[in-house]
This record gives sequence, structure tokens and C-alpha cells, in this order.
Amino acid sequence: MSACCSSTDNWPELERGYRAMLPEDILAFIDENRQMDRSESMLIATLHMIQGHYGHLGPGHLEAVAQLMQVPLAKVTGVATFYHYFRLQPRGKYLINVCLGTACYVKGAEKVAQKLMDELGIRYGETSKDGIFSLESTRCVGTCGLAPVIMIGDEVHGPLTPGQVPTLLDSYLARAAEDLAAASAPEAR
Amino acid sequence: MSRPVPDFYQSLTDLAGKAIKDRDLGNKITIQVGSATCEHAAGSQVIAEEFLRQIRASGRKDIVIHRTGCTGRCSREPIVSVQVPGRLPVKYERVNRDLVFRIFSEHIQGDAPVTKHILDRTSDVISERELMFCEGSRCRRPGPDFRARFIAMLKERAVGPEKVRVVASSCFGSCGVSGGKASTFILARPEKILYQISSEEDLTELLESHVLLGLPVERLKAKEEPIALEFLERYGDVAFFNHQSRIALRNAGVVDPESLEEYVALDGFKALSEALDRRDPDWIISELTKARLRGRGGGGFSTGTKWGLARKQADTTRFIICNGDEGDPGAFMDRSMLESDPFNIVEGMIIGGYAIGAQRGFFYIRAEYPLAIKRIQLAIDHCRAHGLLGKDIMGSGFDFDLEIRLGAGAFVCGEETALIRSIEGERGQPKVRPPYPTDRGLWGHPTCINNVETFANVSAILRYSGDWYARIGTERSGGTKVFALAGKVVHTGLVEVPLGTTLSKVVNDIGGGVSGGKQLKAIQTGGPAGGFIPASMQDMEVDFEPLQKAGSIMGSGGMIVLSEDDCMVDIAKFYMAFSQEESCGKCTPCREGTTRILEILERITLGKGQPEDLDKLHRLSRLCQRTSLCGLGRAAPNPVLSSIKHFRDEYLAHIHDKHCPAKKCVALIHYEIIAEKCIGCTVCARNCPVECISGARKEAHVIDQQACIKCGNCFDVCKFAAIDRV
Amino acid sequence: MSQMINLKIDGESILVPEGTTVMDAAEQIGIHIPRLCYHPDLSLEGNCRVCVVAVEGFDHGLASCATKAWEGMEVQTNSPMIRQARRDIVELLLDNHPKDCQTCDRDGHCELQNLSYRMGVRERLFEGKRKQFPIDDAGASVVRNAEKCILCGRCIRVCGEVQGVFNLSQHGRGFHTVVGPANLAPMDESACIQCGQCVSVCPTAAFIEKDHTERVWEALSQRRNGKHVVVTTAPAIRAALGEAFGLPIGTPVTGKMVTALHRMGFDSVLDVNFAADLTIMEEAHELLHRIETGGPLPMITSCSPGWISFLEKFYPELIPHTSSCKSPMQMQSTLVKSYYAQQKGIDPKDIYVVSVMPCVAKKFEAGRPEHVIDGMPTTDAVITTRELAVMIKSYGIDFHRLPDSVFDHPLGSSSGAGDIFGATGGVMEAALRTAAFKLTGQNLGNVDLTMVRSADGSIREASISLAGKTINVAVSDGLQNAKILLDAVKRGEKAYHLIEIMACPGGCIAGGGQPYPPMGTYTLNRDLTKARSKALYKIDAAKTIRCSHDNPDIQKLYADFLGEPLGPKAHELLHTHYTARTPRGIR
Repeated sequence: MSACCSSTDNWPELERGYRAMLPEDILAFIDENRQMDRSESMLIATLHMIQGHYGHLGPGHLEAVAQLMQVPLAKVTGVATFYHYFRLQPRGKYLINVCLGTACYVKGAEKVAQKLMDELGIRYGETSKDGIFSLESTRCVGTCGLAPVIMIGDEVHGPLTPGQVPTLLDSYLARAAEDLAAASAPEAR
Repeated sequence: MSRPVPDFYQSLTDLAGKAIKDRDLGNKITIQVGSATCEHAAGSQVIAEEFLRQIRASGRKDIVIHRTGCTGRCSREPIVSVQVPGRLPVKYERVNRDLVFRIFSEHIQGDAPVTKHILDRTSDVISERELMFCEGSRCRRPGPDFRARFIAMLKERAVGPEKVRVVASSCFGSCGVSGGKASTFILARPEKILYQISSEEDLTELLESHVLLGLPVERLKAKEEPIALEFLERYGDVAFFNHQSRIALRNAGVVDPESLEEYVALDGFKALSEALDRRDPDWIISELTKARLRGRGGGGFSTGTKWGLARKQADTTRFIICNGDEGDPGAFMDRSMLESDPFNIVEGMIIGGYAIGAQRGFFYIRAEYPLAIKRIQLAIDHCRAHGLLGKDIMGSGFDFDLEIRLGAGAFVCGEETALIRSIEGERGQPKVRPPYPTDRGLWGHPTCINNVETFANVSAILRYSGDWYARIGTERSGGTKVFALAGKVVHTGLVEVPLGTTLSKVVNDIGGGVSGGKQLKAIQTGGPAGGFIPASMQDMEVDFEPLQKAGSIMGSGGMIVLSEDDCMVDIAKFYMAFSQEESCGKCTPCREGTTRILEILERITLGKGQPEDLDKLHRLSRLCQRTSLCGLGRAAPNPVLSSIKHFRDEYLAHIHDKHCPAKKCVALIHYEIIAEKCIGCTVCARNCPVECISGARKEAHVIDQQACIKCGNCFDVCKFAAIDRV
Repeated sequence: MSQMINLKIDGESILVPEGTTVMDAAEQIGIHIPRLCYHPDLSLEGNCRVCVVAVEGFDHGLASCATKAWEGMEVQTNSPMIRQARRDIVELLLDNHPKDCQTCDRDGHCELQNLSYRMGVRERLFEGKRKQFPIDDAGASVVRNAEKCILCGRCIRVCGEVQGVFNLSQHGRGFHTVVGPANLAPMDESACIQCGQCVSVCPTAAFIEKDHTERVWEALSQRRNGKHVVVTTAPAIRAALGEAFGLPIGTPVTGKMVTALHRMGFDSVLDVNFAADLTIMEEAHELLHRIETGGPLPMITSCSPGWISFLEKFYPELIPHTSSCKSPMQMQSTLVKSYYAQQKGIDPKDIYVVSVMPCVAKKFEAGRPEHVIDGMPTTDAVITTRELAVMIKSYGIDFHRLPDSVFDHPLGSSSGAGDIFGATGGVMEAALRTAAFKLTGQNLGNVDLTMVRSADGSIREASISLAGKTINVAVSDGLQNAKILLDAVKRGEKAYHLIEIMACPGGCIAGGGQPYPPMGTYTLNRDLTKARSKALYKIDAAKTIRCSHDNPDIQKLYADFLGEPLGPKAHELLHTHYTARTPRGIR
């Protein structure tokens, strides 16, 4: 009347699939935490690691985290969308964060932001067509003495005037081009 | 054997002492370069590398680079300090590659400081030594003005500034050692000797022996050193710093934040060792209570009481949390402390853990602060390796460990119940209080949450006593408060002053007044949860209650200076936009109310305000204040209410006259070219993004008001003040 | 003994046990503090802030639902400040809510609408932008309309705390907060098990069932073209339908219900209770067969489609343990389109089967491919008790004045065992009645097996000795309870022969499709489920035939049509299979 037991259990197969979606160090992190009490409290730390690795949190990553940590997926996506630090879309090579802290605001951050938007042809939350820049705004980056500032990647620039924006962007474009050249050089040889 | 903790501490200090001695800094020239997020942003890493190259090229073995955290002198970074043994240290501001070369060749190699680039330079004269007169409230009490007398004596004997410089300094915090005598403290540099002067004879002897002969006067030496001795020694001559009283920030810019040895050498972990040796957590709590230390995160709740509440719980699984989710736009005190003096915060947490009987502690730090995270982790690792964390700390039998949990960009997580949710791995939404975390916090267990700055004060209080700390502040609040001074002020940066210091002193004496010679309009304190103190009230003493009475709050220490160019409706809108964006969405009044308040403010700044809007703002604001679930929602309308309270006229001008008095609200202004002033240079026309400025070369230009988008480019680029914003 | 606490509410001194909330304390002196996100059977969030009260010593209001009274507390429930605040809070919710009350599914049953009337919100002072989200109506059972959501969080709480599914969460934050399954995916692509408890606790129409009434009206209109429309009602309907017409909770309305369905024009009004008896025949035999052959034990019942979805998503390895019996609804529909069609001489293709169910998941079940035979679904439409009430009202039937009438035949009779299917433990009790007979050759002396009945939401265990064999059983309602039970079994801590699992807390009588209780009463309330189940037990007790195997129509069905229980024909028509499904739930 009934088929035999274990054939209906899809977990081993699912688990293999989910494990294949994350890099070793993150899997090890998850496995280690699973041994601890209240391992679900490491969810945010795990998401940080994934974003650190991939630059964003893709739907597959979130699903894998949910299953491997045994945390409901709705909670995982609920958490990922609550915290603005987490990005659910891939972003450009350089993330530009315009500081909209008070000090920057009173010193004209909006004008700098407008210039960036004009130069890049994108708005907040978007990525330039060449995939090099993404533009975001952030609350205070804590370098108010240099206001107005923007962050490109991990680097803080300030005090900035709208006029300095094109040169600054050019320097990153040049860097991106160098990286590209360096990456393709060995193959060329 | 019977006293394992002092033995342990002794071996720790021996270890540190040896490490420091091995470096032989006393006989070397030290080049000190700041290393914190803002310093890095200003280019300090490049500077340090450049110095290193110079040192290598010179082949000299007697020059070392010392990396420290940040002094909080943000607008002049990167700052480099050159210390030649036996001389006063010389600090340079805004150092760049070229200046590195000049400093190295002229000052270090040639013994001639590059005076033009000295930090906050007031004179080109490099003094041989310096005497700093403490002018804290106790030293300044009625009696002879020793500093004036001393200056007169110098004049009488024609002793010039190249010999000695006399400086007035804010409270050293040495009062606790004065023994009740009416006296003044004087710090002599570079000898680092603290004198205690009670009479004119003392002064004379000081002058004749110490200043003129270079012979220290043993008789007048104070029994103890001021807590910020090292800081004063390095930075005491700079006005920005010597008006401050550094306790929480005493090591910032002094120690290498990655060196346990340096921290220990500055009496680090001495307080912990004493606390553990006494085996009496209640002693810690009683000292904090005596100190009148109040929560530096903004709540102002007595730390001693809070710890006492947690300690009393029946549940013995307890946690302690350091709230480093500094989120106020315009505040960076916590970041600086975590980056510049991490061991001090760690020590404060271990002491706190011992006091409340916790087994585990958590640092909750914003992910946006990678350097702070790295340094705290390093400090934790060092402490574990040296028996200061983990099992049987310092041989005391106390087990305690710390870990870091990262925030992820949610302002509300600064609220303690939301922070707990976040550590638990949840959406950071607050929970109804009571029960308070001290009853039921993290995972349902008693939990104490304190701000970074609160922990930064703990070790100092235990070392110098609660009474000592209490004397520095006001009747109701002991000690100092760190502010992040920013906005339209000449000197931006971190300011630590005794509670009770006037706003004016902070903004004018330390901050150097409003930038650009503009008029002070208001001082914003407390960030988005705070309010505005109008210029007319700038003599107000900074303390929890007076600020609250004026419609603002102390908050975590953001202090933004606003000038006549700032529109209060616009700034209120800015803060409201922040609160609306950061509302967690859990409770109705905050989620919906902040949105509606923001809509009304937007309407007003667009010139579409209705006469009833002020009433509506008031009604919604009161609703948020009275019924929101957490402190964020309850405080969110403060900027609106306080701006209406103090600047009602500005609102009325926007609503009734469709006029922005500060000429800030784009919809309410337009630009005109003053024909008489315009020389027809065409610069404005060339910079106009919509090409709405016309006019022939060398003739007055005209703006097409229909096409103008009011970007203000023309106004900014005109060199002849020919463009008027009306 | 808990300590007593003195407090003052609106000037009146009152003594309450320690731990009492301010809201409950106020209730004791006859003050009903307005409330919205509060639900007595879910955790306390205090997030809507409607129930704020002023407390001496606080400059802000405290949520009375989530604040426990303390000694010496002084509370004002209706100060001018509080009254205005409550009104403004409700207005703020309305300002961000569609203005379509007249055309809304919850019109007249909406807690927000009711509250806004009571709070005196007569004008909108603060209107501005409104949230906009697409409606997710792609699911078979549950429709999610986030624009109507007021973020009270009850659905999230019931889904996690009661059902253990944790399929819902808030997403985003602040003004942009929206409740939904992970990634805001369509409900049926999520871990949702379609139980519909979100629908029953929702104060507005943010969650509602997929409407099938239109297709039922359409089928009825096709009778003139030869359509034969059969309606068949689940055991739990008769115990709750009356509530929709203002009758006291727990009033059985079987006769009126049948009359109303006849009036509406159904060709035949049949009773799923008949199929419940049939289910027992098959299930009891399956159990005994498993016990004899050592087949996977414990065996788990399969009547509840919410549980079946849960099984497939959360515990697929237990599929072999789960009875292969179709649910009574599916057995009934299958028989309508086979046996009944044959008896009546109607082409099954011309028969349209409408099932009236207390359940939202039944809509999903009806659409499962296993239940589609020759491209023809066995059940064509599933309407909930609520939908039936709406249809009766829209027809203009005065329910109160209806005479009683009886179900049509065949497939309209039932034993008392079939009747109690609607309450948790009912299937177990019915199955044991028949199993006892099969093992001992005679009926139990007392067929009231009260040890498996429940009114308090606890898991029940029982052992019953029959012909020298001890049968160990367990019953759970609410899937969080099922998790506890199944995990204990999986860990080997418990060994049972038979487990009854019902997805909804209280069983079908508290299903996601039952009428919204009167304002002030809450679904999940144990008094409510107790009253409804009492109605069913009363029906059972009043019957002379109380065991499924004694139902003469069942005996006739086997004799004339099916053959033996578990026989080939029975197997073909009455049994089904299950498959592991994704997304896999987290348990």
C-alpha cells in the first residue's frame, strides 16, 4: 500500500544543491554555528559574509542560508530587506555612497549628489550602464569634519564640490580600465 | 598566592613595560600619525608610508613612526606630530606629501620646525616649555588669579615666549587629589610635571627654578597625575584641545590602538585589576552611582542604577552589551572611541560584566565601521591571549567573554530592545517596555546595554573614584560628555567637556565660532531625536535636563551648528525625512505619523503650506510623542516641535508669505542678475545647465525665470556678486 | 497562588492577580479598551497603539494589551489626550488604506471599519500618499492584498506561533513595510500550506480566500443547459453557519442549511459526513492492515489538506506513514461522479460538484492533479462557510424563517462517527469505534471516547485495549503541535499506532473558512471552538447509529459498488498519493 520509507525524503538532495550555492568558508561558518545554542542569531552575520563574498544577496543565497541554517526563508528575506546595508541586487564595481548626514547636508551634499547623477545618468539605487558605478545614499559615515563626503568603495572623499566630481569619477574609470587590462594581460601573452 | 589578581596585573605591567622599554622611544624622534577612518580618508596612510620612505632613505635609526587613533580634530586632518626628546611636540595640520618632505628635511633633519603649517598656529615662536594652568571650576574659584600673576611676573622679568608659554586649560580632573586646599594645578611640559600652587611664593619658585633653571620643584609636585596627562602633554598647547577635559577620550590620539602594551603602560586594566581583586561587584556599582555617571547614549539613565537592577535579578544568566550602533547623522564619537582606544572600551565592558554578573558580552557595532570592528576584534583577541578575557580572568575565577555582532544599517537598532532583536538575528524592531532589558533582555535574560562612551568612562571612575568624577560635572550629572561638533563651525571635531559647560563655550571657544563670519542661528543637539537651541540661548549649560527643557535632548552627542544661511523648516524636514526613512514600521504613529509630518513639511517648503498646517504638525507630533512604541518614534517629532517653538516666524513666512527667510527653499527663491554689478564676463551663462542666461559679452546678462531651475550654479560661480538670490 | 495587585483605573480601585494586563484589568470593571492588533491567543505585540492608556508617571501612553499591571498603578483609559490619540491613530491607518469599503470582502465584518466608526473618525485630516502593492490572487486558496494590510502582524503570529509554518514576515521597513511570504513570492510558490488561518485572524481584507462563489452561480445558471449541480457540505459547516446569521455560537443549523441550498437551486444536497463514514471504513482497515503486516507505523490521518501540504513540504519522509485515504471531500466528490452518476443515470461530465467547506486549503486540494480524472476535476468548486453565508444572503433568503429539511440520497446519510469529524479528535474517535468492532467483533460499550476530545489545544494521547491488543494513539490540532508530536516520534521517544493531525487549532470547526466571529470574539478562541464542537457532539449523541460501519448506506455502497474496504475498486477511487514538495519548509 505504501512505498518504502526513505525515498520520499528530499532533504539529502536539496541539501547537496544548497551547499553547492555557497563557498566553503561560509558553509564552514554555518556548520560551526549550527553546533551552538541559538545559532539562528548568527543570521545577520552570515548575510554579511555572503554580501562580502558576492557583493549582494541573491535569491538563491538567501534560500540556501535559510535551509542550511534552518531558519524560515520568510524570516531571512524579512531580515535582509529590513537592514539597508544589505543589497538584494548586484551592484557595480564601485559603489558610490553619498553621505546624507547632517553635516554633509548643510554643506551641500545634495548638489554633489545631483552632479553624480548627472554625470553617471543614474539615480539612487541604480547601476551605471557600464556596470562600473552604483549610486547609493547613506546616513552619516562619521567623517563630518570633511563634509560633504562621498564614499567610493571603502575610500572616503571630501570635502567635495560638484566641480570635482568628473575628475574623481575619471580616476576610478582609469582604475577600472587598468584592472581590466591587468586581468586580460596574461591571456594575451 | 593569596592575591592572584595583583600578581597577574604586576606580570602584565612588567610585560608591557619591557616591550615599551625595548622600543626605547625616550631616545628617539617620534613621528606620530593618526590612523582612524577619518584620518585615512584625509590621506594619513599615504603620509605614513611617505615618512617611512624618508626614514629609510635617511638611514637614521633614531626615528620611529608611531600610529595612534584619532584626536578628533577632524577638519585639520591628517595631523602629524613630531616629538624630539626633551622638546615640546610639534603638530602639523593638513599634511600632504610635499609637507612630509619639508617636515622631514627641515624639522627632523634640520631642527627647524615648519612653523607655517603648525596646527592651529597662533605664533611662529616655538617655546622651550609650557605651563598649562587648570581653569576648571574648582581651580578657578575665588582667590588669586595665579595665571594673571604669573604672566605679570614673566613680564617683569622680561621672560619671552621662546622660553615659556602660558596657557589656560580646561579642567584636568585633578581636583580629587587637591586635599581641599585652595590651589591651582599647573602642568609643566615637556617635563610632564603637575604642580599644585597655593601661593604667590609657590609661583615665584616655579618661575625661578623650573622655568629659568630647568630644575623641577619637588615640593610643589602634585601627588597624582591628571588622567589625561599624556594627552595634555601631546596636545595641550592647542586651543581646540586645551579647552576640553578628556576622560573618555584621554587616550585617543595617544596610544596605538592595536597595542595592548601601550594601553597597559597608561594604567590600562588597572581598574579591572582592582575591581577583580576586591571581589566586590557592589563596590563597582556604588562607585558608578557616586560618580553620577548617566547613560551617554542619550537616555541619561544612571549607569550605577542600571547595573544594580541587573545584578539584583534572580536569573543568573546575564548579558552585557556595548551599543556601538551610532546612527545619528552627524555623530561619530563612538566610532572614534572604538577606533582610537578599543582596549579602554573592552576594559569597561569586562568591569561591567563583573559588576552585573554576566557571562557573555556583545559589542553591537555598525557594519559601516569596518575599522572599528577590526580594532575591537583585535583588542578582544589580545585580551583573550593575555588572560583578560575567557576563563578565570586575571586569575580571579571570573569567566567572561566578548564577541562582536554587526549592525546592518538600521538606526532603530540603537534602541535597546531593537538592538536585542538584532543580536538575536531578527528584524530590529523594538518591543514593548516594560519589561526592561535589565529584567528580561537578550534571549529573555537580564541584560545591560550601555553606550560606548559610558563604558569609556568606567575605568577612569574606578581608578580616580566616583567622587572625583562627580565633581567634574554638575549637581545631577557627573563627568564629561563627548560631542561631535560639526556643521557651520570653524573647527569641527570631537569635543569632550565637563557637563555644565555652556554651549557657547563649545561652539565659540573650542569650535572657533561660526564659519564664514556668519551669524549663529541655532545649535542642534541630539540628532534626529533632538531639537534646536536658538542662538539666544547659547549660554545654556549642557546637561540632560536643561536641554530637555529647551525642547531638545542631550542624545548621543551630535552637535550641529546652524548659521543664518540655514532654513529651520528645511532642517526640520531633513531630520524628519531621516526619521521617516528609519522608522521600523512596527507601530502606527511612527510609521504613518512621520510620513504625514514629512508630507506637510515638504508642502510648506514648496510654498504650498496651508494655514492649518502648523496645527496639524503639532497634533501629529504630539501623537508620535505620546503613543509611539519606542523612543525613536517618541523623539522623532522633536526637531519639528522645537523648530516651531523657537522659529515659528520662519514657518509662518513659508506658509503665509511663501517666503524662505534663509533663502534656502528652492521653490521659494529665484535668482536675478544685478545689472549694475554684472560686467558681462559670461561665466554664469557658461555654467548654467539649462542655458537660461543670455546676454552679450561685456553686457549685463539676464536670467529667463521661466526656464531657470534654480540650481544656484550662477550664484556660486559669479565673482562679482552680481547675482542676487531673492 | 499568585499575588494580588492594587491599581486604579479611571479612579476606580481594583484588585487583580499579578501578571494581569491593564487591558484585562479594565475589562473587569466593565471598560472595553479599543484594540486592533491584539489577539488573545497570540503573542502580544502592542504595535497598533490603539489600546494606549495614560499611566501616572509616564509622559507617553502605554499599550494596555502588553502592559502588566503593577502595584499602585494609576491608569486613565479615556483622558482627552488618549481619546484624541486613538482617533488619530485609527485615522492614520485609514489614510493609508483603500477607500473601497462598500466593495470590500470584509464590508460589515471589518475590524478597522468598526473601530473607525466607534472612534468617531468622520473626516480625514492627514491624508497623503497611500501604499501601493499588487494583489496576489494567483494562489488556489489564499489571496493577499497588501494594500489593505494595516500591519497588525496577527497573520505572521498565527502562521508561526500556532501553525509552525513561519511563512509570513514583514518585508522592508517603515512606510514601505509589507507582509508576505519570503521574497513576496506568490502564496502557492511559498511554503504556505493554505490553512487560511491568516485569513481568519486578519482584521481587514488583507488576506481573504479565493472566491469561488461566482463560479457556483455560473454553474447554477447552467442547469438550464443540462448541468446537474450537486452541493455537498462538510461536518463543520452546520455547527458554524448560524453565526453568520446572528445565531448563538454553537447552534446547529443542519436542516435550515439544507433547505437554503435547495432553495438556491442545487439539484442535490448531499452530506460529506457520508464520506466521513466511508473514510473511517478505509482508514480503520488500513490501520489494521498496517498493524498486521508491520507496515509503516504510526499511521497518520490524511483528512486535513492543510496538514497534507505541511506533510509534503515539511515532513516528506513521513509520507509513507500517512494514510493513503483521500479526504472525505474528495471521496464524496469521487463518488458523486461515479456511484451517484451511475445511480442517477447522469453523465459525470454533466455533474458539477460544489463542496462547502470550513476550510480554505480545500480549494487547493480540489485542484491537485491527483484529483483530476480524465481532465475533469472531481470537485469543481469549493466554497467556505463564509462564502455560503454570503450566497444565501445575496439570494435574499431569510435564514431564520427557513424550515428544516434533510439531505438527498444517496450520499446523504451519516453515522454519529461521521458527524464528529469536524472537531479535533473526531476522526480518531470514529476510527477507534470501527477498529474496535473489527478487532473484537462488537461495538464498544461506550462509544464516547472523551479522552481524545479536546478544548484546550493540548496534544492528547490514549491507549485502548482491544482483543488483547493495545492501540496507542495521539491527536494534535494546530501544526505547531503536530511538529512537537512528530518530532517526538521521529526521535523515538513516542510510539503510536495512529495519529490524527488536523491543521487548524480545534479542527475543522475552527477552519480558515469559518464565519468571522462576532466583533469582540476572536477566532482561535477556545470557548468558540468548544461551543462549535459541542454542537457536533450533540448531533452524534442524538443518533442511534454512531459507528461508521453501522451506516446502512455505507454497507450498501460496499455491497453494490465498492466491494471490500481496501479492495481494488476502493483503492482506485478512494485512495491517493503524496509527493515531497518545494520550497521545503523549515521545521
